Amino acid sequence: MNLSMISKSLLIALPMLALGACSSNSDSDAESAETNKAATEAVEEVSVVETDVIVEVELTEEELMVQEYTAAILETTINFEFDKSAIAPRFTMILDAHAKYLVANPDTSIVIEGHADEKGTPEYNIALGERRANSVATYLENMGVAANQLSVVSYGEEKPVNFGHDAAAHAENRRAELTY
Amino acid sequence: MFVRLILSISLLMVSVQASARLEILITEGVNTARPIAVIPFKWLGEGSKPENFSEIIGNDLRSSGQFSPISVDKMPKTPSNSQQLDYALWHNIGVEAIVMGEVRPSSKAGEYSITYELLDVVTGNMGMPEYSPVMEKRRSSVKKAQLRQFSHRISDVVYEKLTGVRGAFLTRIAYVAVDRKSSHPYQLRISDYDGFGEKLVLRSKQPIMTPTWSPDGRKLAYVSFEQKRSQVYIQDLYTQKRELMTSFPKINGAPSWSPDGKQLALVLSKDGQPEIYVLDIMTKALKRITRNRVIDTEPSWSPDGQSLIFTSERGGRPQIYQVELTSGQTKRLTWEGELNLGGTITPDGDNLVVVSRHNGSYKISVQDLDSGELRTLTKTQLDESPSVAPNGSMIIYSTVFQGKKGLALVSMDGRFKANIPAKNGDVKSPAWSPFLN
Repeated sequence: MNLSMISKSLLIALPMLALGACSSNSDSDAESAETNKAATEAVEEVSVVETDVIVEVELTEEELMVQEYTAAILETTINFEFDKSAIAPRFTMILDAHAKYLVANPDTSIVIEGHADEKGTPEYNIALGERRANSVATYLENMGVAANQLSVVSYGEEKPVNFGHDAAAHAENRRAELTY
Repeated sequence: MFVRLILSISLLMVSVQASARLEILITEGVNTARPIAVIPFKWLGEGSKPENFSEIIGNDLRSSGQFSPISVDKMPKTPSNSQQLDYALWHNIGVEAIVMGEVRPSSKAGEYSITYELLDVVTGNMGMPEYSPVMEKRRSSVKKAQLRQFSHRISDVVYEKLTGVRGAFLTRIAYVAVDRKSSHPYQLRISDYDGFGEKLVLRSKQPIMTPTWSPDGRKLAYVSFEQKRSQVYIQDLYTQKRELMTSFPKINGAPSWSPDGKQLALVLSKDGQPEIYVLDIMTKALKRITRNRVIDTEPSWSPDGQSLIFTSERGGRPQIYQVELTSGQTKRLTWEGELNLGGTITPDGDNLVVVSRHNGSYKISVQDLDSGELRTLTKTQLDESPSVAPNGSMIIYSTVFQGKKGLALVSMDGRFKANIPAKNGDVKSPAWSPFLN
């Protein structure tokens, strides 16, 4: 680095140092007190700090339930395979959530409705619907729910949710419903 | 309790509408049906004829599947009595028998005097004086409101004279209609067997199932969910009086009236699995009939009242079994088909009517109890609730056709079929009444 380069650098650096020295003293500087005058006056008028009211983020009952028991608590329908009453793995999360809720709320009771599709005779389907509802009740009891919190009613094929007559409708109608 | 019952359901025995909601539409006839002429009855009074007798009788005989009444425009003449009848005219067009009659106002106000004759054309055509072609000739005085019923009685007489089997035209059916647009969607109704004279027995916001007739045709037992659980009731059709029969925890279902009218067979699951019980209607005493760890349901009495037919899963898939009520001895009746449900023995005791599953389809089938041979009668896939006419000639059942749940008829030999489509909503759980005369 040559001399002329150093001198050019100083030409820039020196005024910068001067500015820095000036601002570092600003707290006690009359001029800077002058610039803050308006703000100080405003505070002096109410004499205390001011806050605004903010509405609390209030969760809906559903959201609270979801927080506590996972989103599965909002599901109340368990579907079944044709002629089967075993609970498929994808539905255990729903029953686990309800079991946790019922264990935490021993005064709450539910009705488990069993339903069948329209295949087969109505009275056999009543028996099949009850077997499904019983299967759900047994699962919940195994998860610690008291038996007196659970009651079972079978509607067989009498209360379809899908009024169609094809395989998709039948699959939708083979179900157990938890009703609080 | 009583007030609650009245609030939650309405009990009515009023005419729903003048015209029939159900109508028999023959889908498969029998080409061996016997040609017969039902000549329009002659009206010998003022104004118009009070009832279309020949149409009612002709429709009855046609819907039996055994007769083919010829149309009026094919009739060579329309005489109203057999004096100087030219049998050759009828013999030439192949008619086997003629029904004819005359109606006049009776001397009693509001009544009609009806004369009718049944004539054997073959005998008449032979013209041998020692053999009378008159198979039946009767005169009756009938009230105006009974004219339609009386026409069915004429059909019964004609059918029995020509086939040797008692007619079942003066009978009713009970069934459950589901009209989802109604405030009370579940409706127990009865009508004449041909869909006329429909009456509402009970309507409810909750399901009604499995009506079963008392042997005297006066009462129905059924399952009602009006308290959001199953209960079995008996209701008198004439007094509207209802009586709660069972209301145990869990299933109260599948009532079936004993032939002597004193007991109900039914299903209760209060002790775990659905089991068959017999309830004494008067004393309410319960007798448990089955005892095992699987489903037993759908009891139905044998015609002699000595045994019950029922569905059981004790052999794996549901099949039909028979239990002798005194000994408790049980035997399996069905072996064919993937599974069999809803069994009932025909009035003659010879056949077992079931819903049989073949290749995933549920079809009305008949098993000969002697040979064990099973015949499938229907072509539909979702048949259920078969109920046999009291003369054993026909089965009424519920099925899905053209995307709608409705009733259908099939003759015991499967050759005659008819649909009974509902005008609106679903119709199911038919139960054929006993003979009403």
